[in-house]
Amino acid sequence: MVVKVYKPCVPLSAIATSSTHGEDSPYFAGWRAYDEDPYDATTNPSGVIQMGLAENQVSFDLLEKYLEEHQEVSKLVNGIGGFRENALFQDYHGLNSFRKAMASFMEEIRGGKVKFDSNRIVLTAGATAANELLTFIIANPGDALLVPTPYYPGFDRDLRWRTGVNIIPVNCNSSNKFQITKQALEEAYAKAKKADLQVKGLLMTNPSNPLGTAMTRPVLEEILNFISSKNMHLISDEIYSGSVFSSEEFISIAEILEERGYADAQRVHIVYSLSKDLGLPGFRVGAIYSYNDAVVTTARRMSSFTLVSSQTQKMLSPMLSDVTFTKNYIKTNRERLKRRYNYVVERLRECGIECLHGNAGLFCWMNLKPLLEEATTDGELKLWETILKDLKLDISPGSSCHCTEPGWFRVCFANMSIETLDVALSRFTSFMEKRRKT
Amino acid sequence: MTRFSRASSNPSPETNPAPPRLKSDEGPAMRIIVPLQGVVQGRGGLVLGSLLPCALFYFLQLYLKSRNRPSQSPPSSPPTTLSTPDDHHASPSSPPSASGSTIHRTLSRGLLSPRSHPNVSSRAAAVARPDEDSLYYVGYKKCLRDPFHRVDNPEGIIQLGLAENRLSQDLILDWLEKNAYGALLGGDKPGELNIMGLTTYLPFDGSDNFKNAVAGFMGQVLQESVLFDPSQIVLTSGATPAMEILSFCLADPGNAFLVPSPYYPGWDRDIKWRTGVELVPVPCRSTDNFNISIPALERAYTQAKKRGLKIRAVLIANPTNPTGHVLSRDTLIDLLDFVTEKNIHLISDEVFAGSIHGESKFVSVAEVLESEGIDKTRVHIVYGLSKDLPLPGFRVGVIHSYNETVIAASAKLARFSSVSAPTQQLLTVMLSDKQFISNYLEANRQRMRRMYLLFVDALKQVGIECANSEAGFYCWADMSRYITSYSEKGEKKLWEKLLTVAKVNVTPGLSCHCIEPGWFRCCFTTLTEEDIPLVVERMKRVTQGPK
Repeated sequence: MVVKVYKPCVPLSAIATSSTHGEDSPYFAGWRAYDEDPYDATTNPSGVIQMGLAENQVSFDLLEKYLEEHQEVSKLVNGIGGFRENALFQDYHGLNSFRKAMASFMEEIRGGKVKFDSNRIVLTAGATAANELLTFIIANPGDALLVPTPYYPGFDRDLRWRTGVNIIPVNCNSSNKFQITKQALEEAYAKAKKADLQVKGLLMTNPSNPLGTAMTRPVLEEILNFISSKNMHLISDEIYSGSVFSSEEFISIAEILEERGYADAQRVHIVYSLSKDLGLPGFRVGAIYSYNDAVVTTARRMSSFTLVSSQTQKMLSPMLSDVTFTKNYIKTNRERLKRRYNYVVERLRECGIECLHGNAGLFCWMNLKPLLEEATTDGELKLWETILKDLKLDISPGSSCHCTEPGWFRVCFANMSIETLDVALSRFTSFMEKRRKT
Repeated sequence: MTRFSRASSNPSPETNPAPPRLKSDEGPAMRIIVPLQGVVQGRGGLVLGSLLPCALFYFLQLYLKSRNRPSQSPPSSPPTTLSTPDDHHASPSSPPSASGSTIHRTLSRGLLSPRSHPNVSSRAAAVARPDEDSLYYVGYKKCLRDPFHRVDNPEGIIQLGLAENRLSQDLILDWLEKNAYGALLGGDKPGELNIMGLTTYLPFDGSDNFKNAVAGFMGQVLQESVLFDPSQIVLTSGATPAMEILSFCLADPGNAFLVPSPYYPGWDRDIKWRTGVELVPVPCRSTDNFNISIPALERAYTQAKKRGLKIRAVLIANPTNPTGHVLSRDTLIDLLDFVTEKNIHLISDEVFAGSIHGESKFVSVAEVLESEGIDKTRVHIVYGLSKDLPLPGFRVGVIHSYNETVIAASAKLARFSSVSAPTQQLLTVMLSDKQFISNYLEANRQRMRRMYLLFVDALKQVGIECANSEAGFYCWADMSRYITSYSEKGEKKLWEKLLTVAKVNVTPGLSCHCIEPGWFRCCFTTLTEEDIPLVVERMKRVTQGPK
């Protein structure tokens, strides 16, 4: 006879056992499907092609070329360089040279239209950490942030999990190309008030993920006026700023602030990262740029939990400060993304699929409303499953991004070779052909 | 500095709703009266109720305004060390000034300042406050402004307050110079560059290769007495986030950990800050050689329970910081029995496990678990590469747990604190070079032993005795005979004297929650042998100077 011994379980926290990590959504289920059956041109040609990961692989050859050509950097690559005594140590200010390099790079991306003070930069291990840090700083548990929809699914986790802060969506729809309107902002704010939630800030992504569009000047002005009137903060996540296809089409919130003489600038904080524009997500380099001294000071101290490796800072510093390199990189990266985007949109159009007109990012926002059996979230998820199981394509359903209109999907195109992209597109083509026949 | 003090002086910002917005063309008087009416609620009649508070409020604003003069901090000197230093030192430059057309609004803002600025959270306000009460950080800051340098600044402050080890960094640097380029960028063919593997997203809790290398290193540090399973490891950007992430997993806001004291001052910030977890010090006594006392833990547990405070774990450091002890196997077993009986966790911070300079052999709690057959799911180890290898800048920390849920949750939380890919790559190669690591650990041990003996002897020369330590970068010095009043105040005065007269930065016991006044932690691993006589000279200024 087997005696079952019951061992008392040591209790864990609510955070450890909750599902606020948000990883139960289809967004992540698709990734798991890919992990279990990843496409490979030779060994697994019928595997799942990952189109749900916004990674930029189109320009890493430029990085390799730079490192090859700059021999002195190779010495720095081992993380030493400079003063030997201080080589291995650093504090949470980060290396001065690296902060300056980041400021310079951010200025390059904005075509020199704004200046950034490197002393206002706080380094974090990625933009994920930067967004969470800012949330900790501007809001208390139980407070709320307004976030325009559709938004990056990771926000549900990054902004809410440990912070205890709520997200109130600012709903946008296709009637005006998903632009943020004053009405939508006011509605969201009123909703929060009704639920007795204190709204501490608005977090927007510009250019938008998943829409792939840069925000226009009137909308930015509207938003600035709104947050000022409501005495709240504004976080502008500009991690895709270097991925706008044409530099004239990106307007950073920094530009608007400068035009306004930095009045009320202490409300505004910019998040940046090298993960998307520079295609270095593994390096874990993010930054907060804040016009608010208290936020800079606090963020710097709080960054103790999420510092950037000094080796990495030393390695990237010369490259990011090299204006010749960065100018060329940014220009080339933009051109290549634009080419890919146009290619993808054209191929999709040929088989009868339309996309939102985008001008930025590593993805397109695809309209599959005509394919839905029913115009509901369930209908959308059914279609998503079909695409995953039958087409073996992992794309992100709009509902994961809190899009209120069913039928939209985010499709990433920059994280694979052109050959793989062709395979993916031909799968769409066959699928649409089959549908036409039935 | 003064700008953030303005923001942080907000009275409970999370409970005061933003006042109704005032139009900028209204007179200054309205700006003062309207917000106040809600506060005063018209008590004492409209005249008294409005005018008196108005006057007081007006004078308060004038007072605040006169305090808030822009200050210029000196430009930052090259950053030298990492612990959890404070930040006064390089305050951000003031924001671009308002253009002429907004002068009117700026003036009114001066009168209403706390309300028309968006507030920071209470969490942020708590940490944005100047750390005047934390001597651990004050000393660090002062040292940064006036750092000792043998040639350039011989009268500067000697830093003995930061547990960093420079004794053997030359060995690391040599290895890096020879091997790092190949380790980082080596493609399949010699001379070929291949950074693809570095650039893409890696698992947030560390790549498999790196986990294997770290698990192997941890085993090597323990002289293979324990085999660490890489799947029970989560890697983070430093031991600081490792400790915080673990705290988030083991306790809810308002819960507490029992912590034998004196303990590492950084925990007060790292653990309590964002998690809302309390730390309950459980004092150890010099008569007991500062050993952990189970009866004291029992008492603390019972008292906490009476106060309605839920204890979720016992937190220890082994080797201990600041006392530098290696815990005995028996103590570990007693601790395990205690936490088992209370059904709580045990967190063992073993960051100094490879920095033993004494004779005792280090026993990890992992080793005791293997042999004693205790429920492992309640035991968690924090480790990192900042101490045993002098790589604090590279940011590598470890959570080791046998608890699947803790590992799963920590792995997800590690997304906020991941190790940089090139660092993972570089260190995978370094840690796999077992011969180098073995040589390093041994050479470092010998250098530490030598320096420890020299330093303790130097302190003895000026009449300062140290408790017996065997590990860590510091000694635990008894300077109680030099304090004028045997109290916290007396210790603080002595600390200040050491900083301003002897110009030496040491960590006072009160920062470590030591209940016996007069103990100080002094780090010796940033010194060279030539510095020792100088340290003696400096200390004499206090020990032999006027009281």
